[in-house]
Amino acid sequence: MNYLYAAYGATWVIHIVYLVILTRGYAKLREEIKDLEKH
Amino acid sequence: MKSSFVIFALLIFALLSFGLYEGLVAAPTEQTMGDVQRIFYYHMPSAITAFLCFFVNFGASIAYLMKRRPAADALAVSAAEVGVVFTTVVLVTGPLWARPVWGIWWTWDARLTSTLVLWLIYVSYLILRRFSGNNPVLSAVLAIFGAADVIFVYMAIRWFRTQHPQPVIGGGEGSGIDPHMFQALLANFVAFAAFAAMVIFIRYRLERLRQQVEEAHAMRAISEPAERVSR
Repeated sequence: MNYLYAAYGATWVIHIVYLVILTRGYAKLREEIKDLEKH
Repeated sequence: MKSSFVIFALLIFALLSFGLYEGLVAAPTEQTMGDVQRIFYYHMPSAITAFLCFFVNFGASIAYLMKRRPAADALAVSAAEVGVVFTTVVLVTGPLWARPVWGIWWTWDARLTSTLVLWLIYVSYLILRRFSGNNPVLSAVLAIFGAADVIFVYMAIRWFRTQHPQPVIGGGEGSGIDPHMFQALLANFVAFAAFAAMVIFIRYRLERLRQQVEEAHAMRAISEPAERVSR
């Protein structure tokens, strides 16, 4: 059972980490756009 | 646009929850392997979803080489990235199933090795894009080699004798699966494919935005020296 939960858990950890990376990338890009608009 | 995306996201959440229920609860327990066999309901749909992502990457790369449209390049990189995420899931869940069933985490058979090579090809693709001045032509060519490996990975268990189990679906005579198990497999495949489509869409929007920012930076760099000259 431990292997089963580890596999299901690892799947969602991988997906969530990727979604967090995407969200951070989006926020960084938004900041860059704001900077571009200022200058 | 925003409300339809929220509805789509909620629908995917419902599909994923149903898939989880099917995999952990509804599907019958396999007689010889026991509950650890349930890893299969996440492992195989993740692999098929990764293949689909890499085919989208292949199609978009071909489209980019023919038309040189930035939108095709954005779709190619988005699909490749999501494909790498799903292949990572395959490479993690596989050994977690193999350890209690085979007694080993890994073996260098044709299916496992070609899957690792597939992952390495697309990681190289993403590294190439990031550190070679974002060269879309070169990476589109690499994507074509990657797509060839997808076919090799799929056929490896048909062409070679492998430690990896033989195909249970489309494997010819003697292959097959319990209808309840198939239902759990299908539920997770539909859920993962829809989830991948949503993440590719998000990543595509991000890439298009990045392309626009890069364009704006380039325009500024061109206009600044011209302004200095006019002064």
